[in-house]
Amino acid sequence: MTDGHLDGNALAGPLSTVFTAEVTTAVAACAGCGRSGPLAAARVYGAPMGYVARCPGCDQVLLRYAEAPAGTTLDMRGIATLRLTTAD
Amino acid sequence: MAVFSRAFHGRREQDPALPPGQYLTEDFPVLSAGPTPPVSADDWSFTVTAESGERHAWTWAELMALPAEEPTVDIHCVTRWSKLGTTWRGVSLDVLLEDVDTAADYVLAHSHGGYTTNLPLEDVLDGKAWLAFEFEGEPLEPVHGGPVRLLVPHLYFWKSAKWISGLQLMLDDQPGFWEELGYHNYGDPWREQRYDGD
Amino acid sequence: MAGTALRRRLGHRRLTARLVETRDETATARTLRFAVPGWPGHLAGQHADVRLTAEDGYTAQRSYSLSAPADGEFVELTVQLVPDGEVSPYLVRDIEVGDEVELLGPLGGWFVWRPEQPGPVLLIGGGSGIAPLRAMLRARSAASPPFRLLYSVRTPSDVYFAGELDSPDVTLLYTREAPDGVERTPHRIDAADLTAYGLPAAEEPTCYVCGPTSFVETVTGLLIDAGHDPARVRAERFGG
Repeated sequence: MTDGHLDGNALAGPLSTVFTAEVTTAVAACAGCGRSGPLAAARVYGAPMGYVARCPGCDQVLLRYAEAPAGTTLDMRGIATLRLTTAD
Repeated sequence: MAVFSRAFHGRREQDPALPPGQYLTEDFPVLSAGPTPPVSADDWSFTVTAESGERHAWTWAELMALPAEEPTVDIHCVTRWSKLGTTWRGVSLDVLLEDVDTAADYVLAHSHGGYTTNLPLEDVLDGKAWLAFEFEGEPLEPVHGGPVRLLVPHLYFWKSAKWISGLQLMLDDQPGFWEELGYHNYGDPWREQRYDGD
Repeated sequence: MAGTALRRRLGHRRLTARLVETRDETATARTLRFAVPGWPGHLAGQHADVRLTAEDGYTAQRSYSLSAPADGEFVELTVQLVPDGEVSPYLVRDIEVGDEVELLGPLGGWFVWRPEQPGPVLLIGGGSGIAPLRAMLRARSAASPPFRLLYSVRTPSDVYFAGELDSPDVTLLYTREAPDGVERTPHRIDAADLTAYGLPAAEEPTCYVCGPTSFVETVTGLLIDAGHDPARVRAERFGG
């Protein structure tokens, strides 16, 4: 039995409610280990309670997102920098 | 303006044995906020830290030496599945907290991998919570929180922290991993306390 | 007025989609073609979030890959029935032509193939993971670089898009039961399959791997072991 995690691709819909740009192609630097990569390549856990994106290098939480009737919460403490590329 | 999908009803059942909004499943769905941590019984330990800083710790062998119980309970996940009549084997937290001197009203459960969840202390006492290490007569599988998970069946199942590593006793409530993201601090399925404000 | 403009700027692109056609792929999967007024077009590989709302306001939402390339204001989704699921039984069994759902999309910009992108393309799909790869395969033109598709599937009756895959660029890799005349003994995809039917790492293909989480873990590992640069291996896991 696998843990059934997803990729950062799955964040595209939820994060479109927060960001104007396509964020999954943005390069995120992990605040834990410093590794950089597109958010789309992060490992995503926690669905359907919410989305927990983890660094593929060190498994630290990059981002947490959950929708509740009273509002949406986004925690990005695990991302040191987020660089939106000009290609999109 | 909502768009209704004709003939869509969702998977909801009006079973009086189930809390509102829940459906019955025979499976045991896996829901985790992170990868399954490599915790073996050999290096497992459990630590209770009182608000004074005083610590009480148990190894796997010490846990096994304590009197175990076999509760049969219903479990309810906030993602709407419920499972009835599940049988576990574990040590009641009454046994583990017996000699702990505290004035705390709350606990924060900590897990390997960094997960946390908060509960009132009284909700893990008086036969309501266990450190569980067997499910249906078998050692608890790692994907379900093995070797040892917290079992607090009267609250939504995210409170039953997998891969439990310790309890922190606190004078004041402090939200855990999902509670920080808008989930309910208490999480009573019969009052459908899914989110903060419910 | 300003409200509409603001919502668009804020990225809310929830559109009403009306079912216009269905096509059974297997006993438990079907392709749904929707007319979506206002759909802005999409790239092969993108997905959409489908939201269903019951009469009493109860909603459920799931993500599905767009299984066909851009086609004006039409989109196709190919949905596999998930036993004990909530959204897929409705989409595979209950929805009828003329019924409506809501779509948020197109979504995603990483697991996509752009026609102007240089270099060959290696597509590896497991089970329902064929859906976005089929959109990529159909989006290519005579001017496109070389493509290869490896499609891992349990038995001949589990094959999606069966009429479209008879091409030297496409290899079906059966895991349980193969049709008569197929020499390869049914087994799960391995390093020898990549060598025999894929593209060598030296040609620097962009690799797209899609399917259940365990399949994607296995295949991305095989690709990296075979010398493919991890930066050119893109994955889309379906969970499970």
